[in-house]
Amino acid sequence: MSFRFASLALAFSITALVSVASAEERSIVVASTTSTQDSGLFGYLLPIFKAKTGIEVKVIAQGTGQALDTARRGDADVVFVHAKAQEEKFLAEGFGVKRFDVMYNDFVLIGPKSDPAGVKGKDIETALKTIQAKGAPFVSRGDRSGTHSAELALWRQAGVDIGASKGPWYREIGQGMGAALNTAAAMNGYVLSDRGTWLSFRNRGDLDIVVQGDKRLFNQYGVMLVNPAKHPTVKQQLGQAFIDWIISPEGQASIAGYKIDGQQLFFPDAEKKGS
Amino acid sequence: MSDEFSALQLILDGDAALFAIVKLSLAVSLSAVVLAAVIGMPLGALLGLSRFRGRSLLVVLLNSLMGLPPVVVGLAVYLLLSRSGPLGTFGILFTPTAMVIAQTILIVPIIAAPTRQTVEDLWVEYRDELTAMDVGPAGRMATLLWDARFSLVTALLAGFGRAAAEVGAVMIVGGNIDGFTRTMTTAVALETSKGNLPLALGLGLILVTIVIAINAAAWGTRIWSERQVG
Amino acid sequence: MRAPVSDLPLVLDGVSLRAGSITILDRLNLTIASGAPTLIVGPNGAGKTRLLRLCMGLDRPTAGHITWGGRADSPMARRAILFQRPVMLRRTTAANIAYALALAGIPRSERAERVGALLERVGLSDLAQRPARRLSGGEQQRLALARALARDPQILLLDEPTANLDPAATRSVEEIVQSAAESGIKIVMASHDLGQVRRLASHVIFMVRGAICEQGKAGDFLDHPTTEEAAAFVRGDLVI
Repeated sequence: MSFRFASLALAFSITALVSVASAEERSIVVASTTSTQDSGLFGYLLPIFKAKTGIEVKVIAQGTGQALDTARRGDADVVFVHAKAQEEKFLAEGFGVKRFDVMYNDFVLIGPKSDPAGVKGKDIETALKTIQAKGAPFVSRGDRSGTHSAELALWRQAGVDIGASKGPWYREIGQGMGAALNTAAAMNGYVLSDRGTWLSFRNRGDLDIVVQGDKRLFNQYGVMLVNPAKHPTVKQQLGQAFIDWIISPEGQASIAGYKIDGQQLFFPDAEKKGS
Repeated sequence: MSDEFSALQLILDGDAALFAIVKLSLAVSLSAVVLAAVIGMPLGALLGLSRFRGRSLLVVLLNSLMGLPPVVVGLAVYLLLSRSGPLGTFGILFTPTAMVIAQTILIVPIIAAPTRQTVEDLWVEYRDELTAMDVGPAGRMATLLWDARFSLVTALLAGFGRAAAEVGAVMIVGGNIDGFTRTMTTAVALETSKGNLPLALGLGLILVTIVIAINAAAWGTRIWSERQVG
Repeated sequence: MRAPVSDLPLVLDGVSLRAGSITILDRLNLTIASGAPTLIVGPNGAGKTRLLRLCMGLDRPTAGHITWGGRADSPMARRAILFQRPVMLRRTTAANIAYALALAGIPRSERAERVGALLERVGLSDLAQRPARRLSGGEQQRLALARALARDPQILLLDEPTANLDPAATRSVEEIVQSAAESGIKIVMASHDLGQVRRLASHVIFMVRGAICEQGKAGDFLDHPTTEEAAAFVRGDLVI
């Protein structure tokens, strides 16, 4: 009796799963960054795309490095990330077909309103140098994400060898943007964030923007189809349809239309085309 | 609406996305429990009734596997199911099926280990009677499992609790895809990273409430049927 | 499927059972043939239970041979044993019997009818749907008897089935045993109750300290015991 019941339940659960799985016919997997998800951009964009094309986009939100690795393993059809050097390496390895610029926003340096390091309004290089010199708490993503890459590049530009001058003041958390902001809020530290995630972040505590508008804080997003020659399972047509749409005037207008509290988060720039 | 009540508000509004998440969480975890029971109970019973060299080692191993970290299971299943992995051709990474597989692996030991203990204890009581009735090995397993069914409910609940509560495995193999593989726990993780702590906490409370409700229902059923069967 | 060959006579030839340096049963020679009930009598610790287990085939002797109908490897199919404290399966009275019937190879279609008949035979028809574990001690013994009878045994071994029962329950168990014997089942029953021996036994095996002290017709044993130990036991003196 027990076994008859168990096999019935088993059959039921398998049926349930198959019915879930069969719904994925016209769908693609996009490996993207935590910033696009945490900022709510995809939540806004994808329903528009689906209504237009019927294609379901499944977003795996990871750091840029991890997202590119997911694509390298053939587990995604499209990558949508923001670390140009890493993206070009990905292309050079033959994992991507072609890279398109999609949009940009900018990074902002977040810090406590009290600004213990006294960097408010400074340019980013001075600000970082000062933070390091004063040993003010700084939260680093430490996860090979686009933001992490940008942060490391900024330290280099500021002439700080972060590998050598790491101390208790420099906290690498190895997590997403939101987690980094939560950590900074909890310990009243400085943190580099993309503006989109910052604007949609709810747990700001005592944090505010301390440095912004520096042209070195530019944050470019790109999109690439994973190379079907490397991974034949890549859904080439559907993936390309997504890329075509997002760089089309309509897709670009949709990106520009995403606002939080009246502030635009991302600025479309696909016209420039990419590498 | 104030943040503190946003999760509650979602329930009151009958938020479709929320219900889809709850439904998926339950479907995945309950499927995993059913599968793990089908695998783990006979496995535990077999181990409880067999005598062979190295059995103690296997018992210790099985007991240890109850503490298997979800993220390790998730990573292993990820590497198996990835397109570049040995089972990549099935293309089930980032699907609910992958989540069920990972959770099943996670909770087979949680169900098998107590089953082994229960069956072994019960066997002491039943050995003579079943031997005298000439019950074969398969019949012994079936009889002992059935007669231990009330104790085994607890093992099933432990397995379900573990499956419903874990985030590490489903996050890695499911990908936390909105509307497709987002469960209660990955949603909590996501809302936390968005800094939306009240909503995250609210979702967490809903999860705990559901788990309590299921445990209460199972407990009530157990008490009721024990009264029926004695 | 029923083995066409018989398990009787049951013969013990120089059977001993030892655990380490302790001798539990010492060189037993015994032939149990078909016919009226045989009672194994003796004080507690005499080895009655161990002897029954050997007769069932549950334990193996450390020395000597046991044969059933001349075969040493006879399957248990045509034997049944009633333990002093039988285990009730966690299901209803009727389901306990159905379980035994299924094991005995009775096809599903015939089981319901047989369950009914067996319940009737042990007087538990009214309690068919009661959980077996909630039956009284006497009812549990009767259910265990029904389970044993479901196997359609040639030999029914019983280990002091009435040891913990009140007189009324004892009587109903004895009546079932009696009628089983009349239907041709060989009863081999352990007891230390002389009244029970008088009521049921045709043949008595008297054991003391793991050895057979005396055996013969029940009347002879009760009225003219030949050994000192048997005489003391029949008188009601303590035999250790």
